[in-house]
Amino acid sequence: MQELGYLKETPSQTAGPYVHIGLTPNFCDITGVYDTDLGTQMVNDKTLGERITVSGRIFDGAGALVRDAVIEIWQADSAGLYNSPSEMRGTADPNFTGWGRCPTRAEDGLYSFDTIKPGKIPFKDGRKMAPHITFWIVARGINIGLHTRMYFPEEQEANAGDPILSRIEHRERVATLIATRDDAKLSFDIYLQGPKETVFLDI
Amino acid sequence: MSDLPNRKPETGAFFARDRAWHSPAYTPGYKTSVLRAPQRALLSLDGTISEITGPVFGQSMIGEMDNDLIHNFARPGESAIGERIIVHGRVLDERGRPQSGVLVEFWQANAGGRYRHKKETYLAAIDPNFGGCGRFVTDEEGRYFFRTVRPGAYPWPNGVNDWRPAHIHFSIFGHGFSQRLITQMYFEGDPMIWKCPIVGTIPDKAAIEQLIAPLDWGNTIPMDSRAYKFDIVLRGRRSTMFENKLEGN
Repeated sequence: MQELGYLKETPSQTAGPYVHIGLTPNFCDITGVYDTDLGTQMVNDKTLGERITVSGRIFDGAGALVRDAVIEIWQADSAGLYNSPSEMRGTADPNFTGWGRCPTRAEDGLYSFDTIKPGKIPFKDGRKMAPHITFWIVARGINIGLHTRMYFPEEQEANAGDPILSRIEHRERVATLIATRDDAKLSFDIYLQGPKETVFLDI
Repeated sequence: MSDLPNRKPETGAFFARDRAWHSPAYTPGYKTSVLRAPQRALLSLDGTISEITGPVFGQSMIGEMDNDLIHNFARPGESAIGERIIVHGRVLDERGRPQSGVLVEFWQANAGGRYRHKKETYLAAIDPNFGGCGRFVTDEEGRYFFRTVRPGAYPWPNGVNDWRPAHIHFSIFGHGFSQRLITQMYFEGDPMIWKCPIVGTIPDKAAIEQLIAPLDWGNTIPMDSRAYKFDIVLRGRRSTMFENKLEGN
């Protein structure tokens, strides 16, 4: 028989307690190496779309704040297009990166992104996915980065038809992926464990 | 985020992750994982366009010193203390295809095993000339390289007497967001690898071996630096031969 010849993915290891040195050195007072930390600015004055702030905290299984995590988000622009070479449906807003990186602060465990609300995005079968932001979370004690999504509370109809949210068997857990909203401020807390555990994705 | 690699972008979904190859979330030997491990089953899904896509990092954003940890934090004319080494390798995907335009970020302790971080309390000395971070964007053949000092081992509060073997942290940003990976590189011949609770979270010995960089004698620079070679494999992409086309595609 022939060999398939595929390689194995490099195994993940925890980002550890000093992840900031590598991903956000200016945040941890290592200055002068990079001008700025990557992913701190997603928008500029010309970015199209509705301005929002997305912030929140991460909790462990004992309800304690996770103060040493790094979160990355990835999202479409206001028209639902990704600023990526693999985006074949059109050209995304050049004034929107779609990608952000932010540590949770040691003082209060908060992360925060200044961004815009994304548009709807087509699923493979032509259905629309409701507007959402993809989250990736790494920290000490997390052996492999956790993927999840944040959806918008005002999009009830779109959320109801969303093919990913529809796949969640225990319906009461859908709420773990939906932010709360106060005007332009979205709040999205993540629970790593426990009764309110966030739905994480193997995707 | 400019200067795309000069090749047709791929749009296939990624191979499913082999979860038995990676560490499980709950690994009580590594105590911090106990309260940070999700206990519910993950929701498993084929990737959508939200995961197939990802941002691009151009080579132009990388500064000249970004991959020289011996000098990128040092005072002018000085250099970090420690054993001079070069770490290099290729970023491939599971199909063996070189991955160009991949952002590779690395961070580490200094030669004494001390990190430059306010949470770090180990009594080993800070090196005033060592920051501990670097980055590179892979070239057309998927290659990266950097110069640094070999990091020291250090003790950490887990078991009564647990030590981390010498290691370098890597963050790898492939072309799709679901390829996102963080890992650690270890050094050939280090007996401490097999005593480490964090290494020990990985169930398969063959997977651990994939994190151990061999001494690359051929690339060692005489009278200057030894070389270690560390190749990194990201999730492969399905070819799009029989896929349903996305709307508007």
